Amino acid sequence: MADTITLEVARYRPDRETEPTVEAFEVPLRRDWAVLDGLNHVKDNLDGSLSYRWSCRMGICGSCGMTVNGEPRLTCATFLVDYAPGPVRVEPLANFPVIRDLVVDIGDFMRKLPEVSPWIVRGEGTSVEEGEYLQTPEQLADYSQFSMCINCMLCYSACPVYGLDPEFVGPAAIALAQRYNLDSRDEGADVRMDLLIHPEGIWGCTFVGECTRACPKGVDPAGAIQRYKLTAALQSLKSFVLPRGPR
Amino acid sequence: MSEPAQQTQRPYRPEISRLWWLRRRSYVFFVLRELSSIFVAWSVVFLLLLVRALAQGEAQFRAFLDWAAGPWVVALDVLTLAFLVLHAVTWFNLTPAATVVKLRGRRVPPRAIAGGAYAAWVAVTALVVVLVVTR
Amino acid sequence: MRADHDILVIGGGAAGLRAAIAIAELDPSLRVAVVSKVYPMRSHTVSAEGGAAGAFASDDSLEEHAYDTVSGSDWLCDQDAVEAFVVEAPRELLQLEHWGCPWSRQPDGHIAVRAFGGMKKKRTWFAADKTGFHMLHTLFQTSLKYSEVARYDEWFVTQLLVDDGRVQGVVALELATGRIAPITAKAVILAGGGCGRVFPFTTNANINTGDGMALAWRAGVPLKDMEFVQYHPTGLPFTGILITEAARAEGGWLLNKDGYRYLQDYDLGKPTPEPELRSMELGPRDRLSQAFVHEEEKGRTIGTPYGPVVHLDLRHLGAKLIDDKLPFVRELCLKYENLDPVRELVPVRPVVHYMMGGVHTDIDGATPLAGLYAAGEVACVSINGANRLGSNSLPECLVFGARAGRAAALYAAGAADPGPSVAALARDEERRLTSGLRDRTDGRESIAGLRTGMQQAMEDSAGIFRTEESLLGGAARLRELQERSESMAVDDHSRAFNTQVLAALELSNMLDVAEAIIAAALRREESRGAHQRLDFPARDDESYLAHSLVHRDETGAHKVEYLPVTVTRWPPGERVYGR
Repeated sequence: MADTITLEVARYRPDRETEPTVEAFEVPLRRDWAVLDGLNHVKDNLDGSLSYRWSCRMGICGSCGMTVNGEPRLTCATFLVDYAPGPVRVEPLANFPVIRDLVVDIGDFMRKLPEVSPWIVRGEGTSVEEGEYLQTPEQLADYSQFSMCINCMLCYSACPVYGLDPEFVGPAAIALAQRYNLDSRDEGADVRMDLLIHPEGIWGCTFVGECTRACPKGVDPAGAIQRYKLTAALQSLKSFVLPRGPR
Repeated sequence: MSEPAQQTQRPYRPEISRLWWLRRRSYVFFVLRELSSIFVAWSVVFLLLLVRALAQGEAQFRAFLDWAAGPWVVALDVLTLAFLVLHAVTWFNLTPAATVVKLRGRRVPPRAIAGGAYAAWVAVTALVVVLVVTR
Repeated sequence: MRADHDILVIGGGAAGLRAAIAIAELDPSLRVAVVSKVYPMRSHTVSAEGGAAGAFASDDSLEEHAYDTVSGSDWLCDQDAVEAFVVEAPRELLQLEHWGCPWSRQPDGHIAVRAFGGMKKKRTWFAADKTGFHMLHTLFQTSLKYSEVARYDEWFVTQLLVDDGRVQGVVALELATGRIAPITAKAVILAGGGCGRVFPFTTNANINTGDGMALAWRAGVPLKDMEFVQYHPTGLPFTGILITEAARAEGGWLLNKDGYRYLQDYDLGKPTPEPELRSMELGPRDRLSQAFVHEEEKGRTIGTPYGPVVHLDLRHLGAKLIDDKLPFVRELCLKYENLDPVRELVPVRPVVHYMMGGVHTDIDGATPLAGLYAAGEVACVSINGANRLGSNSLPECLVFGARAGRAAALYAAGAADPGPSVAALARDEERRLTSGLRDRTDGRESIAGLRTGMQQAMEDSAGIFRTEESLLGGAARLRELQERSESMAVDDHSRAFNTQVLAALELSNMLDVAEAIIAAALRREESRGAHQRLDFPARDDESYLAHSLVHRDETGAHKVEYLPVTVTRWPPGERVYGR
């Protein structure tokens, strides 16, 4: 194994340049080093002006998503040795405006998330004093996969629909809506359906499936959206056949 | 949620190249599947033309068959068949993602659901073949 | 001048979000805003794994939870705070259940609880082993429901605006644009988390740089019990990634190089095949981390390129239990150590994990500075004393986050608007940040170099065992680093997302906090909980049954005073585990 590997890092400094450039850095190639360790080596020893986000370095905070050799990845959980002998190209996540170097603007997602009501909606909730809402392990399993989303944005980066149409609500937000719909404690499915049954909502998805492949936490947003579509279709059918019947 | 005003300094918005869909196999399939809708529409039109010709009497029907045997129409129909197969296969592969079936509290594995769809497809095809051959 | 907001919450983790929701629920007309240097769902709460304690099971009692916490703290906690805490913890956890937290369940649908270190009953609520992650996302998503809660995402607070003896807002730096602006308010709640990054080897995220502690200390608010730094016994070598205590609670064993359950040699009980509460691997974290050092001295640890380790053995638990209860542990081991705990031993070593000390508050989160509140790891109420019990910190964030929120709301309702002088204060601060730092071209000292120096000094002088000599050495090294930090080399003078300026500001925060830790550790001439002095090996209740308070004196130096602990029902006694 070689001692070093080359990182080809995308740079963008809005006060100096109008479009990104690429800068190459030699970093040590160690068995335990993630791509993020390589970037930290650059920042601490080679160029302190390189900017990127990171925090927990254990794949749970969702900060360090970047494009590594063309694929959206969490850089703290993507290892340099898997790219030996290199070079490794590190770019910001695709489909987002770039603020600086490897930092993208995720404000669009932050504005869309509240639109899908990602909280428990309950008509007449019982008070906390009366104890917990019962939920069997099987009921928990119905939605637990969709509750694992860390908002890392890799799915938005992988989704060509979002790239072409930024109005599309997008995989993570719809998966989170579905997480609450499938929660036995929730009664808000109708509210969310009204919010999502439009061309920029669930019908925007054309099942490319890349979001599910990109997801580092096994959430399967593509599956969530297809299940949502089926529910929506059945519901429209029902209201067509029984226009005055209960939804 | 009220977001405090944010003035960002000229963020860079990458342009999407026209050939973005060639970058990845799944993107190519995605575009082809979108394209397949045109051929699905054509197959419906073709069928309607056939029914109309049939309704108009034998002479019209023969004329239709002659037209349909022309090399361009055959080529178009072969292409249509290919796209219909693509459409059907991707659709069947999608079904397990959209449908969660539970049997005795256990989730039916996705392969079984897709397998069921394919089995039904084969069965219907077989039925049609039998009808055509033994008529 | 009308304040921009009634209340500012600094930090968007569990404590900050809980406070913001409490304010919104108490009085929707109050204008509350959460200011955080990261998006709230990135906060370090996300990394908590094992669970959250609340006496809820039918065989449990509030009194037992309180006693475990008091004895676990080596009697340095305030017992009135602990009594309030154990009462409100189950209620807060239920509230989170109603907000959608996916707590693990019993087959009949009731909440499941698991064992945890130092706890005599099973009382730790859990969401598999991603409890903090689920709590944080539940709180964040629930907070979105309250449209009156404004947010300043990725704004870094650099100073508290204090005038006329009360806090009147903050100055903050918007990372995306480099804009520096005052944000005025009638009350401020600090909820910025801990400071694990002052040490080189820590479970803490990159963001845990003690910002809130440094802000408060510079504003004249004392830091309490800063000498008490918790080492978690089981971190992965190299990364420092936490392997949750739940791994031992579910039955994992700690083995030395001979495959021997060495904890039996350290007055922690006798090994049993099934986990025994308050015994062996379920002893408190301070005692387990200290036992590791003794094993190392006896040459019974295993050497690795990243320091000595012992082994955590989970193999006998089987794949099903591990996948049900500890899936994240398996995921982390596979990803970061290339090993499968179902079949292999996991190398672990003690790792800096949690700060028992913090900003001095009362049981409503109020600090001595009017209008300033604190909650969560940044604060020291104290329920944790000299050693926190695992699974008490998550409910602490909820209980005292909510309390601080309500107290700040009451205060803000009757507080005056900011005075005219804050604008001048903010202009001074802006000048310090621009001409004094970002635009400076004459700095020589590398930020990374200073940071590494500080971390090494802290590990050498204020680790699991300390002496006067080690601490004096550490104090001298930190003083020198402080002076060198006056001339930090900044070669990035741009505005947009300048993480070098951020790193410089975080480093100055850490240096102030590190000095406070050393100052408090030097003065406490006894051994208690996580503070072990080789030169004073015994606990000394006569002189030190008291909280240390590190003040900033007129010269800017760290000055230590003491405040007696509050004892209500449990007079100081011997800490007994395993017998």
